[in-house]
Amino acid sequence: MNQRNYDVVIIGAGIVGSMVARELSKYELSVAVLEKEADIGMGQSTSNSAIVHSGHDPEPGTMKAKMNVRGNELWYQIAPDLEIPIENTGALIVAVGAEEQSGLYPLLEQGQKNGVKGLEILTREQVLEMEPHLSPDVTGALSTPTAGVVDAFQGVLGAAENAATNGVEFILDAEVRGAVVEDGVLKAVETSQGTFSASWFINAAGVHSDEILHMVGDHPEFEITARRGEYFVFDESTFRVSNVLFPMPSKKGKGILVTTTTHGNTMIGPNSDPTGDKEDHSVTESGMHEILEGAKKLVPMVSPRGVIATFAGLRASGNYKPDGHRKDFLIEVSKAVKGLVNLAGIESPGYASAPAIAEYVGELLRGEGVSLKEKADWNPKRHRIPRFKEMDHAERAEIVKANPAYGRIVCRCEEVTEGEILDAIHSPIPAKTYDAIKRRTWLGTGRCQGSFDYPRTMEILARELGMSMTEITKKGPGSVFLYRQTKEEVV
Amino acid sequence: MDVNTNYDVIVIGGGPAGISAAIEAYNANKGKVLVIERNDSLGGILPQCIHNGFGAINFGEDLPGPHYAHRYETALRELPVDIMLDTMVVDLTPELDIYTMSSYYGYQHYRPRAVVLAMGCRERTRAQIRLPGTRAAGIFTAGTAQRLVNIEGYMPGNEIVVLGSGDIGMIMARRLTIEGAKVLGVMELLPFLTGLRRNYVQCLQDYNIPLHLSTTVNKIYGERRVEGIETIKVDENLDHVPGTEEFIKCDTLVLSVGLIPENELSRKAGVQIDVRTNGPIVDSDMATNVPGIFAAGNVTAIYDLVDYVSKAGEIAGFSAGRYAASQEKNHHEGSRAIRIKPGANVGSIIPQQIFIDDLGDRDVYLSMRPNSLLERMVKVELDADSEPVMSFREQYARPAEMIIRKLKPRDIEKLKATETNELVANIS
Amino acid sequence: MSEEKQGDYRTRTDICLRCPQGCEVQTMLGPDDEILNISGNKCKLGKEYVEQEIKDPRRVLPTSVKVTNGTSPLVPVWTPEPMPKGLLLDLAAESRKIEVEAPVHVGDVVLDDWRGLGIRLVASGEVSRAD
Repeated sequence: MNQRNYDVVIIGAGIVGSMVARELSKYELSVAVLEKEADIGMGQSTSNSAIVHSGHDPEPGTMKAKMNVRGNELWYQIAPDLEIPIENTGALIVAVGAEEQSGLYPLLEQGQKNGVKGLEILTREQVLEMEPHLSPDVTGALSTPTAGVVDAFQGVLGAAENAATNGVEFILDAEVRGAVVEDGVLKAVETSQGTFSASWFINAAGVHSDEILHMVGDHPEFEITARRGEYFVFDESTFRVSNVLFPMPSKKGKGILVTTTTHGNTMIGPNSDPTGDKEDHSVTESGMHEILEGAKKLVPMVSPRGVIATFAGLRASGNYKPDGHRKDFLIEVSKAVKGLVNLAGIESPGYASAPAIAEYVGELLRGEGVSLKEKADWNPKRHRIPRFKEMDHAERAEIVKANPAYGRIVCRCEEVTEGEILDAIHSPIPAKTYDAIKRRTWLGTGRCQGSFDYPRTMEILARELGMSMTEITKKGPGSVFLYRQTKEEVV
Repeated sequence: MDVNTNYDVIVIGGGPAGISAAIEAYNANKGKVLVIERNDSLGGILPQCIHNGFGAINFGEDLPGPHYAHRYETALRELPVDIMLDTMVVDLTPELDIYTMSSYYGYQHYRPRAVVLAMGCRERTRAQIRLPGTRAAGIFTAGTAQRLVNIEGYMPGNEIVVLGSGDIGMIMARRLTIEGAKVLGVMELLPFLTGLRRNYVQCLQDYNIPLHLSTTVNKIYGERRVEGIETIKVDENLDHVPGTEEFIKCDTLVLSVGLIPENELSRKAGVQIDVRTNGPIVDSDMATNVPGIFAAGNVTAIYDLVDYVSKAGEIAGFSAGRYAASQEKNHHEGSRAIRIKPGANVGSIIPQQIFIDDLGDRDVYLSMRPNSLLERMVKVELDADSEPVMSFREQYARPAEMIIRKLKPRDIEKLKATETNELVANIS
Repeated sequence: MSEEKQGDYRTRTDICLRCPQGCEVQTMLGPDDEILNISGNKCKLGKEYVEQEIKDPRRVLPTSVKVTNGTSPLVPVWTPEPMPKGLLLDLAAESRKIEVEAPVHVGDVVLDDWRGLGIRLVASGEVSRAD
């Protein structure tokens, strides 16, 4: 197998890996990102609540608290450059009843200690005026105005595409299967696509970051368990909330929240179901019931009517407790081997923290004597592929005239055109699967959930990639849609 | 962008409702008519419905879908009616502004004098029935599977389970079997068949495909491609019965869990939607509440037989043609409106309103969807103030089968003789 | 079809396929399979249907065949005259091997007098020639 050599190899193209890639793309370094799936952002980065948390929740003094508060700030700076849809909606932690109401004050204090700006306790009247759909039983809320919602996949994609146009190589379908350690130095990793050697490796493997650690004998006690969280997504016309609405936090986590995404769909979830299997994305009957009941406590009008999609995401839950009792991110230059930076156990609020973690990785490398020389031609900007649905009549007329492919609607509910699909296939990180196109264009996410566009999208993929229809997959190897031609021999 | 105001009537959708609407819109007063179809051919869903079962009422024949569509398309193409294929209507306003998009014609703006909505319906999906399990490849709605097998020429799998005993589900079970796949069973949540019984015989029994009533899919296995499903029995309240789970190894799940009228454009135009039919509220002209907008076919309510869809299209098209030609916009003036409401055992009914003094020579088909299964002789009654105005008998009432009654001249006379503004349809 | 036995007599129940109404037709059969009584049918088609069904059950086979040089890969076909039920899958298998050259028109016969049984497969759709 071929061997390739880089200055830095990042393992994992989730939000952390992609943000780190973008950060390192600023410097004169050769960088590669290895991703085991057929697309970037296939893990927990994109199947979560898509919230830029304010940072009031982590315990003061933890990396989580530091990274979250700084990351929140950075998100609002970076997102416009990368054309990542983000809205500074604010969030409300809603109290129902006297007991919960008194719980708001310690939360406020904790948030202030973490340096979160603008925190305020609101009265029942103020809360109901802001959020008329809230239960009349609400007694008050903690307002965290710096919180926001982000398009989770666009966040990963924006960072990754920007990194790619600034020279970072993304290698998909490349699962790390082994490590080459010589004289206490991590020299290379072995993948399904050959061996990659580098001076530095960044472990950003998400739910699998513990496995990378164990490959090099680092933190043998560290373990990630996956908690499955299920969500419901409603049709745009159902109802909307202005803030992200959280119930009071419990030992199990931040609870079942209600949020309206940047896309305009309201979403409820997640529950929290411990599962041993890191690839178990299934949705359960009992889980769906739990979410509905949970969300109804905040917004009584929630009902299964109007639900257009359900999904389950996995949240990594690490067991790293540097001070013996508080759980934290495991962010450090490895002490077990040279040449490895661990970004492990990045659980919630990892998405919000990612830009800060990336910034911190730069500092860590600099501290290790890595020369970070800025590129003269680094381009901070990234352009999204145009969205026909969001254009006005004049813009539509113009784009169809310039490129007739924009005149052909492939997905009728979300009004996604062939032009957008072609853009996605020929983008800096090419979309080669149905899901990869779906995530870049929102095709198939509306009322008919792909029933209409499946055959048409498969045809375009087959044509553009020079593949047969039976080779087109939903999300990489093992996920073909079609088995054979109708009249082909049955095997 | 220039606005094209040359058309009297624009028909949105070139399926069976749209084709006959266009024919009759032209026949009404030989005006300028345009059909806009998003596919590259006319016929709507019919080209992929290669099974027979079409034309019993309109032709007295039992034709395959493409054959039925071909007859209407041939009739349409003999008329000087414009047809734009591969063109999607992306916006419709209450002022009848239509924005269309096509690779060939570009982005265009039309403002006709009347519009017929004939967009048909879409399939309910997994999300609407909240089917638990993974998001693997190998889960298809029956209509998508039908398109893949019959039009694109590809098989979605080898070992298949169908969820839902609707007609398309049973027809696809047979279709996939004919093409060499193994259909392991059809699961139906309800205690009775939701499609036509003839399809149970000729699609399932004839091909030895088992039907499991009061059974649903509890879980889907497989992260990347479906590897199996778990079925579970349900009780009379449709609640799961623990302990009745059964694993079936399969690579494909086909969903036939119902159809919903496609009304995004109708909503954009301010057309009032009936919560029972999920389609526009229409009157005896197939007119909606928005002046100049008419609707017909599966966009108004889900029909069982395409023959009646074609008939509804004719009424809507004719009315639209007449409306476009008349300068006077409120031509129902002077006519009494009778609202028709579903009563006992009736889930929904169209039209929802009759202009009794303004029917002309137009036919009125009262189309009722029973919401109870009554396997006995039933009486269908139209009551005004709890007094029956007219009634007729049917052999049975089944949710799977619409009860359609063409009003006879004497029915209309009876209605005229009343002074009522509201009729309630009851089945007993 | 379901059947109940009472001594030498049998009552079978069929769902008539002649029209979408699907009448449930009860037929009483004597010891020598002779038809004694037919009931439950709303019209004479129901009687005809069970008489045929008892003697020689027949069905329509709707399927498709491959098209070469066409704008579509397949053209829908059917047996306009019902064929023996027991041969449905045989004809289905046979039809999977048929290829016709575009253009194909509604009514074109793509298979005539199959196995000398007078069974025809006829196109029910149109496929133009790809240029």
